[in-house]
Amino acid sequence: MEQGEVIIRVAGSAGDGVASVGDTLSKLASRSGLGVCAYNSYQSVIRGGFVWLQIRISNEKVYTHGDNPHILIPLNQAEYERHKDSVLPGGFIVYNEDKVKVTEKRSDVNYVGLSLRQLAPEQAKQPIMQNTLLVGSVVKITGLDRDLLEDVVRKSFGGKKGEEVAKANIDVINAGYNNTNITYDFGIRKQNKQYYVITGNYAIATGAVIGGCKFYSAYPMTPATSILHWFSANAKKYGIVVKQLEDEIAVINAAIGAGFAGARAMCATSGGGFSLMTEAIGSAGMTETPIVVVNSMRGGPSTGLPTKTEQGDLFQALGASQGEYPKAIIAPKDVVSCFYLAPEALNLAERYQMPVILLIDFLLSNGYYGVYTSELDPSKIKIERGEIITSVNGDGYHRYKDTPTGVSPRVLPGTPETYYVAATDEHDEKGILISDIFTDEVKRKKMMEKRMRKMEHVVKEFPLPTVEGDEKPDITLVGWGSTYGVIKETAQLLRKEKVKVNHIHVEYLYPVKKEISDILSKYKNVVIVENNYSSQYAKLLRMETGYHIDKSILKYDGEPFTPLYLLNEVKRYL
Amino acid sequence: MPVVDIKKYQVELNPTWCPGCGDYGLLRGLQTALAKLDIDPSRVVIVSGIGCSSNLPHFIKGYGYHSLHGRSLPTAQGIKMANPDLLVIAAGGDGDGYGIGVGHFVHACRRNLDITYVVMNNQIYGLTTGQTSPTSDFGSKTKSSPDGNYEFGLNPILVAIASGATFVARTFSGEPEHMSEIIAKAIQHRGFALVDDISPCVTYNKKNTYQWFKERIYKLEDVGHNPYDISQAMQRASEWEDKIPIGIFYINPDKPSHDQIDPVIRDGGVVNKPIELTEEQKKEILQAFL
Ligand SMILES: Cc1ncc(C[n+]2csc(CCOP(=O)(O)OP(=O)(O)O)c2C)c(N)n1
Ligand code: SF4
Repeated sequence: MEQGEVIIRVAGSAGDGVASVGDTLSKLASRSGLGVCAYNSYQSVIRGGFVWLQIRISNEKVYTHGDNPHILIPLNQAEYERHKDSVLPGGFIVYNEDKVKVTEKRSDVNYVGLSLRQLAPEQAKQPIMQNTLLVGSVVKITGLDRDLLEDVVRKSFGGKKGEEVAKANIDVINAGYNNTNITYDFGIRKQNKQYYVITGNYAIATGAVIGGCKFYSAYPMTPATSILHWFSANAKKYGIVVKQLEDEIAVINAAIGAGFAGARAMCATSGGGFSLMTEAIGSAGMTETPIVVVNSMRGGPSTGLPTKTEQGDLFQALGASQGEYPKAIIAPKDVVSCFYLAPEALNLAERYQMPVILLIDFLLSNGYYGVYTSELDPSKIKIERGEIITSVNGDGYHRYKDTPTGVSPRVLPGTPETYYVAATDEHDEKGILISDIFTDEVKRKKMMEKRMRKMEHVVKEFPLPTVEGDEKPDITLVGWGSTYGVIKETAQLLRKEKVKVNHIHVEYLYPVKKEISDILSKYKNVVIVENNYSSQYAKLLRMETGYHIDKSILKYDGEPFTPLYLLNEVKRYL
Repeated sequence: MPVVDIKKYQVELNPTWCPGCGDYGLLRGLQTALAKLDIDPSRVVIVSGIGCSSNLPHFIKGYGYHSLHGRSLPTAQGIKMANPDLLVIAAGGDGDGYGIGVGHFVHACRRNLDITYVVMNNQIYGLTTGQTSPTSDFGSKTKSSPDGNYEFGLNPILVAIASGATFVARTFSGEPEHMSEIIAKAIQHRGFALVDDISPCVTYNKKNTYQWFKERIYKLEDVGHNPYDISQAMQRASEWEDKIPIGIFYINPDKPSHDQIDPVIRDGGVVNKPIELTEEQKKEILQAFL
């Protein structure tokens, strides 16, 4: 088995407490200075269904949750049957004997069966305690730090009332720990590193708030919902107006209203909600109102796969709303870039007075990733609001003044004597309507050009994606969004097999930087990797630059790529 | 009664409405109300949707946001939540507010944010040249109901009361004095105030004309209506066709407005405060993920 890391899979039904096992183990790992990555594959049900969570713990920072597990924790019989063959040779199955009956044993796997009924003290015999018992056992097997585990548990049941519960949990941990007689040295050693364990959603929320986000509205939709939860819990503390509204149409229009009034505003949803928002996103382009919209993609179309991952909404973002208007589409590649790109999106939205769409997906939204504390540095986040003026002289205020960059100085309502009407109908530089009866081709053309001119300037300031890896590669992998981690790791695996490989990950998707095609045309064997059916980024690139990536690795079964899966697929092109 | 000067709220642009349109009355009523209350136009934001009536913000001094069809209320609420110092007035038509935007309308009543909502109700779609609207009378002939409307009209007054609005009134564009008084009271009311204005469309609505209303309208204050009594309000609100009441149907002074409840909005909102977190806060915000 691979040294220096362990992959643990917990499988159960919704309601079995799978997530809490993941939570406890990831906290324990990160507090031990270990790298961690957790992915929760669940069903859109509150009870029942098939839920599994995989957590990978390593001496180094890890980028994916890995492939097959070293240790399986099945929480019921059905999940035992489903996952028992996935355990790596030499691995472990740790289970509660009262619930899971093991008949045929694999000869290459260690079975650790513990009975909750027999081992748990009287006050802790509730079924959910089996998780705690099995975690205790896993900590013994792997040599993780038991004292630290107790600490984690105590903190999670903090407060006076929690003390008793914490005590009961610790008793059960010890029961699991002390009754496990087999250990294995995975080579995991406590490290002197400091990690945050954070999801993409939390990274976006915290990054945005450090970046001055003062208005957040949402309507619950998986996988974006936990952004709302974070904001709701922190609204008062950081002085943010946070609203759950009646639907996504209200959400986006309210956020636009707030942006117009002068608040840095953001909202988030998934594809279905995004569909409802599109008319308003175009209106923000027309009224030149700053707004950031996060679309955390799930499997589509329609309500699709509510709790599964996909990168299928790039074209939806591109085509959001009728007509043409300036906008930017950005896709963070990992939690670190979520943290920095959310405030960057707010900056772009305000500086260019236009909508900015952040595309992430289920995997990145809800996956837990360990990142070094130094990687999330609030002091690197700068707030740039663009031009906001408080007075005008001469012939009054022209809200939509034609300027070389297309950006017109903004005033906030409440400013004396600078009245104007922001209109979603076409208007002139003053904001007076030229739609319907006055339609004026010259003015219309001027205003369209003024607005669209912003795009030339936006694209200029977008950074080029960096090329990671060999200079003269046998193969070049191209990706965007959450596939960064798995591509990076697959490249490492390829290098071990003496394959020369590099990879390019695009975060600033739209407007498209033409230079990307120049970079790519230097390489002879370019393959696009996307979590969708039709390779949307490759199509966009071809549409905008003429450069065609004709080799693709595509996955649209609802689950994310894993390193071994991708490795195998890449080999087709070697 | 002192003479009020509405010049402060007038702009150079002339309304684009048909001569005789009821919307002129509402515009004047609103300007008069603002003048009576002597409100600085820089503080006023008028938010509308789409329709003839929704062109209103262009014809009155103050800031304006002319949003999408049916979306004036969410936009207006976003503005008010971000900056509660602004006086926010939402305006639009019956199609805009009671058709495409009816979901937002119900929730705005329920939320009770301090906004005044004036609806120029002409019981028809004006801008799209005369189709039935949600408030069109049963049987009325329009371009989309050539044999007479098969549906029954929605009663916005009842919907508003039932949904939790704390100030609900009806005005008539043929009664400008009465209207401006009621709008002024609606603006002064702290909470969500609906003013449903009967605003005849002289071009497309051949049934509900000025004359038709003049024959039916009476004032609630003339019959000793008690606007603090919800059952009386509901009863009066149910009248139509034979006798049509105008005036204030309902006032609920006890329910706090949303902006008095939300701690961040109550505290002055977010627009007039520094947006950068303190160093302390920046440090602390990530601690939860350790
Ligand atoms: C999403 C959408 N659907 C339809 C329209 C077309 N439309 C414009 S105004 C209008 C109705 C206007 O009626 P009302 O709100 O009663 O206002 P009025 O013109 O009568 O004052 C419609 C359907 C639109 N602009 N947007
Ligand atoms: S069509 Fe009707 S509502 Fe529109 S401006 Fe003319 S009279 Fe007024």
